[in-house]
Amino acid sequence: MTTAPERSPAQTDLVTLTIDGVEVSVPKGTLIIRAAEEIGIEIPRFCDHPGLDPVGACRQCLVEVWMPGPPGPDGTPGEARQMQGPPGRMKPQASCTMTVAPGMIVKTQLTSEAIDKAQQGVMEMLLVNHPLDCPVCDKGGECPLQNQAMSHGRATSRFEDVKRTYPKPINISSQVLLDRERCVLCARCTRFSEQVAGDPFIALVERGALQQVGIYEEKPFESYFSGNTVQICPVGALTGAAYRFRARPFDLVSTSSVCEHCASGCAQRTDHRRGQVMRRLAHYDPAVNEEWNCDKGRWAFTYPLVGDRLQFPMVRENGVLRVASWPEALAAAADGLAAATAAGIDDTGVGVLVGGRVSMEDAYAYSALSRALGGADIDFRARPHSAEEAAFLAHAVRGVTPETGGVTYADLESASSVLLVGLEPEDESPIVFLRLRKAFRKNKTGVYAVAPLPSRGLAKVGGTLLASAPGTEAQVLDGIARGSSRATESMTRAGEALREGGAVILVGERLASVPGALSAAVRLAEATGARLAWVPRRAGERGALEAGAIAGRSTAEMVRDAAVGRLGALVVGGVDPYDIVSAGAGHADGVTIDTEDVLEAMRRAFVVSLEVRESAVTELADVVLPVAPHAEKAGTFLDWEGRARPFEAALDSGAMSDYRVLDMLATELGTPIGTRTLSGTRDRLVAEPEPTRPTAPTVEAGEPAEPGAGHVLLATWHHLLDMGRMQDGEPFLAGTAPATVAKVSPGTAETFGLVDGDAVEVSTDSGSIVLPVVVTEGMVDHVVWMPTNSAGAPVRSALGVDSGAVVGLRKADLVATVLTTEDGVA
Amino acid sequence: MTTLTPILTKFWDHPQSWTLDTYEDNEGYQALDRALSLDPAELVQMAKDSGLRGRGGAGFPTGMKWGFLPPPDGGPRYLVVNADESEPGTCKDTPLMMAAPHILIEGIAITSYAIGCNHAFIYIRGEIVHVYRRLLRAVEEAYAAGHLGKDIHGSGFDLDVTVHAGAGAYICGEETALLDSLEGRRGQPRSKPPFPAVAGLYARPTVVNNVESIASIPPIVLHGDEWFADMGTESSKGFGIFSLSGHVEKPGQYEAPLGITMRELLEMAGGMRGGKRIKFWTPGGSSTPLFTDEHLDIPLDFDAVAKAGSMLGTRALQVFDETVCVVRAVDRWTDFYKHESCGKCTPCREGTWWLKQILGRLEHGQGDEEDLEKLLDICDNILGRSFCALGDGATSPITSSIQYFRDEYLRHLELGHCPFDPTDATLFASSNGSSSRTPAQEGASL
Ligand SMILES: Cc1cc2nc3c(=O)[nH]c(=O)nc-3n(C[C@H](O)[C@H](O)[C@H](O)COP(=O)(O)O)c2cc1C
Ligand code: SF4
Ligand code: SF4
Ligand code: FES
Repeated sequence: MTTAPERSPAQTDLVTLTIDGVEVSVPKGTLIIRAAEEIGIEIPRFCDHPGLDPVGACRQCLVEVWMPGPPGPDGTPGEARQMQGPPGRMKPQASCTMTVAPGMIVKTQLTSEAIDKAQQGVMEMLLVNHPLDCPVCDKGGECPLQNQAMSHGRATSRFEDVKRTYPKPINISSQVLLDRERCVLCARCTRFSEQVAGDPFIALVERGALQQVGIYEEKPFESYFSGNTVQICPVGALTGAAYRFRARPFDLVSTSSVCEHCASGCAQRTDHRRGQVMRRLAHYDPAVNEEWNCDKGRWAFTYPLVGDRLQFPMVRENGVLRVASWPEALAAAADGLAAATAAGIDDTGVGVLVGGRVSMEDAYAYSALSRALGGADIDFRARPHSAEEAAFLAHAVRGVTPETGGVTYADLESASSVLLVGLEPEDESPIVFLRLRKAFRKNKTGVYAVAPLPSRGLAKVGGTLLASAPGTEAQVLDGIARGSSRATESMTRAGEALREGGAVILVGERLASVPGALSAAVRLAEATGARLAWVPRRAGERGALEAGAIAGRSTAEMVRDAAVGRLGALVVGGVDPYDIVSAGAGHADGVTIDTEDVLEAMRRAFVVSLEVRESAVTELADVVLPVAPHAEKAGTFLDWEGRARPFEAALDSGAMSDYRVLDMLATELGTPIGTRTLSGTRDRLVAEPEPTRPTAPTVEAGEPAEPGAGHVLLATWHHLLDMGRMQDGEPFLAGTAPATVAKVSPGTAETFGLVDGDAVEVSTDSGSIVLPVVVTEGMVDHVVWMPTNSAGAPVRSALGVDSGAVVGLRKADLVATVLTTEDGVA
Repeated sequence: MTTLTPILTKFWDHPQSWTLDTYEDNEGYQALDRALSLDPAELVQMAKDSGLRGRGGAGFPTGMKWGFLPPPDGGPRYLVVNADESEPGTCKDTPLMMAAPHILIEGIAITSYAIGCNHAFIYIRGEIVHVYRRLLRAVEEAYAAGHLGKDIHGSGFDLDVTVHAGAGAYICGEETALLDSLEGRRGQPRSKPPFPAVAGLYARPTVVNNVESIASIPPIVLHGDEWFADMGTESSKGFGIFSLSGHVEKPGQYEAPLGITMRELLEMAGGMRGGKRIKFWTPGGSSTPLFTDEHLDIPLDFDAVAKAGSMLGTRALQVFDETVCVVRAVDRWTDFYKHESCGKCTPCREGTWWLKQILGRLEHGQGDEEDLEKLLDICDNILGRSFCALGDGATSPITSSIQYFRDEYLRHLELGHCPFDPTDATLFASSNGSSSRTPAQEGASL
């Protein structure tokens, strides 16, 4: 080793080179183009993208390179020599594919005339076949081609011959359109799809100037991440159907925001014009979403505009809702709530159902109101939940953030292995999925999933399935921990992997419905040393937990009690009654409720509803108070990591966020809670005393349900794109939702006489759903899987049950949506 | 006076030259015996000492290429033989595989043994189905005779050979595009590094060599590296096949020591067809800058040709006499490059599209002198800026033709049409000895 003694180990990994006369030290392996950025030198580029593997295709980023000669006896690099080819002629190098070397000298367009000419030459050629339709192109005004043609191109083109033309756009999917004429063939879109998303449904086809982006004809571009291709396309070749021809970039006002759709916490930019959101883009946040987002985050923002927006407060009079003034409505609400609390006896009190969608500040206000009302029965879980889960959250999740050493995205990326339990990241937290895929591609992270079937998402992270029926998760986790004799080979391997150090266990919200599973997850983490994190689905749940919006009776208990008159009033914020069903099913101490219970509870109790749009709650509410949708309010989400994701209001509509409305309500009640302003609310939130950390739950694993003849266990989770109300009003997005199918194992298919494409009926006492079936290799037997809330299959409202329930299964008549062989497609 | 050295071409005139029997009658598979008795490292050294440089065009020293492979790590290593031969004018590998496929197969067995490869591939140009069939048959014969397969010649060395036909793309001759194509992807060149020696086929260490390079190995092993190095010139040892095509009396394959001159070769080929004057020629295929009658005495070796401003390439000597319009010839070559550009990089993809349009116009007398400057400048912006050498090659005929025949381009512009009659250059025109251009055609080309 010839390392100079005074160098620390960290510095030895740095390489020093000279770019345009400026010395710069960068980590070994850095690309020249990145090193130049470090010192503020921008080399023009098209195909280069920091999130993608380099290709060196466009040749726009050419630089002159002088390589140091062989080192002399004292170790100093020899005199640098210009890279040439053919001999005597400087050979430019692509700075996006070449890495730095010690003593290297780089000259960019700023200091090398030949490079300036080479770059202008490439630019001129890029424009040879590019249509000059900038005035009608969506990208005009924010186009890397336009911009760099101005900064690095010739003033005029010498091309006077015939351009290649194509018919105008073709649909790559229902939401992504391709104008082939504009494409500069940089392969960013195709590399993104293949590398980052793992959905290689587009590829470059043909050759020469006729090369073009093509689709895989047998499969649709069914990807949750396709919108990113529109964003990274350096020209206007890829456009989103919803935004195409709608606006010019220079007419838009941009607001930094955070996505409201899930707990991934994507930074985003909301672009709006004259009070209307025109589009949303992924914002760069290296710690969280890097530069990507999912299609739901990008395109699902039209839901407040579908015609059912609540504009004014309303009060119920003689059984009918009528518009009221704010003072009148607040007075009516306060009267009703006061009445419910007044007597202070058993059958009264106010329950607060927060929902999982509000900001942390809103959640705090709900919690403060609940305490002000003297009751403190509050829960944010409008979904299956359990007392075990509440104990788990208090023990293992609350107060854990990146600052206090919680698991982060970066930890996932560098994890030795990751175990997923009751969590399908691609559907439930897409950016977690993208990070896992990156970890798999770049760091060979081993992913294991305790799940009933091998999903495509699992395949894309190179994962191993630990196949298990819903309800058996606790036993499987204990098996992994102990390596018992009943453990399968892959369970044993997973157990070893988790003990390696740097391993992570991610549990999803679904585990709440499995008795003992969360207790077992804590035990497994302790036994193996792996770190544990909880990934909820909804954006507001983690913040609501921190804000204390879970205390006293659970959602299910409140519903049960209200339905029988043991709770006088309910304050309901953004809750869909159909989401709450069968809340505690399976738990020994659990409360099982169905849709009828929820409706009965709302009929019977005095209900104050805070809502953006009319819903099933509105119909039963006594007072309705309109609140602002995401784009019209400011606040903070906590993502699954516990990382604060503050966001600003993009639109200034005058609509009030929940905390403000609740402040007025509390004042009206004579018990002010001090949440009039955002900063005031945040101050109070910070001032809350640290909750004590209870011990971990130790719930016994329940006996897995044994489905009898004609019955199977139901496995279910939400597809990212489904019938969720917050995707309303965006048909192009809905067009790419995965087809709704039921899945069974080959064994189950045989038992029930099913083959691919058959229709199956899944039923309970409450109702039934008929879907085409896909026989799925590798799936556990005696289980049927369906998406929870996809078109034609509203599991919770139609069947009244959730994951783990015993359901009837039988072959049904062909459903209309199944294509018949007459169409040539079976 | 240089004389021919028929070594690879020695028995091509045998009525059944391609059979195993004929090959065995001509020392066939004796070199393999000798090779298997040596240490692989000795064979690599022998290739180095022979001075053999790659016959696929670039002239990279073959032994050195083998030496670049990392030490064995227990995983597979591959030999891939480049038999894509698609360069306009190049026509040596195809007749070699047609006439004497076993030389190649023996070369593959020796090279594989030398580099520690147990599975070799021949990537053959898709259009030459007859050669593909012949090669398949020869490989079958070799397996049956124990020259391929398990425990070859009782040495314990195993080798499988797969012959793979391409789908008809010039770019798939570029070694990394070839590897992608062989792996089942679209044939487009890969970024280097990593070089094939480190991460080639299926990301494993791989040697890619031309057919003729590999076929040259058995004679070297049999007769010694010194025997080989004694032939040729200082920079370019040994012999090579020179493929004469076009306006010569006896077109064909002339195997001779490197360093032979075009004047000597023309003489061997019976001179120019019909005694016409030579106008221009390619020393190594269409991607090498044109030569003219000024260059007839340049030794055809790597260095001398490079010094004179061109490249030895694949020794594809296309000869054009005075009846040929150089603009038309260049226009047609350019059409080829436009058609074959893989589309990956901007300069080649868009540049060839543009060049073709300008040349098409000029050939018909449309345009002005500025177009010549534009052509040169576009070429300047492609050469050395494109991703691979295909783009570079596209500029060679253009820049060299303007260098030597600028006046002829201008003549097109003055006349408003091509001054030549294409039929004058054809075989049937030269046999009846007169121009067949009719007045009607004269009018039509205006
Ligand atoms: C566009 C292009 C086409 C090529 N075609 C061939 C070919 O058909 N056969 C060949 O042997 N080499 C071809 N080459 C050269 C190969 O890339 C490579 O240099 C050669 O196969 C190495 O073999 P050698 O070292 O034995 O010459 C081509 C190169 C380029 C850039
Ligand atoms: S469509 Fe856009 S991103 Fe895709 S290759 Fe073309 S220019 Fe690049
Ligand atoms: S120069 Fe570029 S476009 Fe042309 S063949 Fe090579 S990589 Fe493809
Ligand atoms: S940016 Fe480097 S080649 Fe495209």
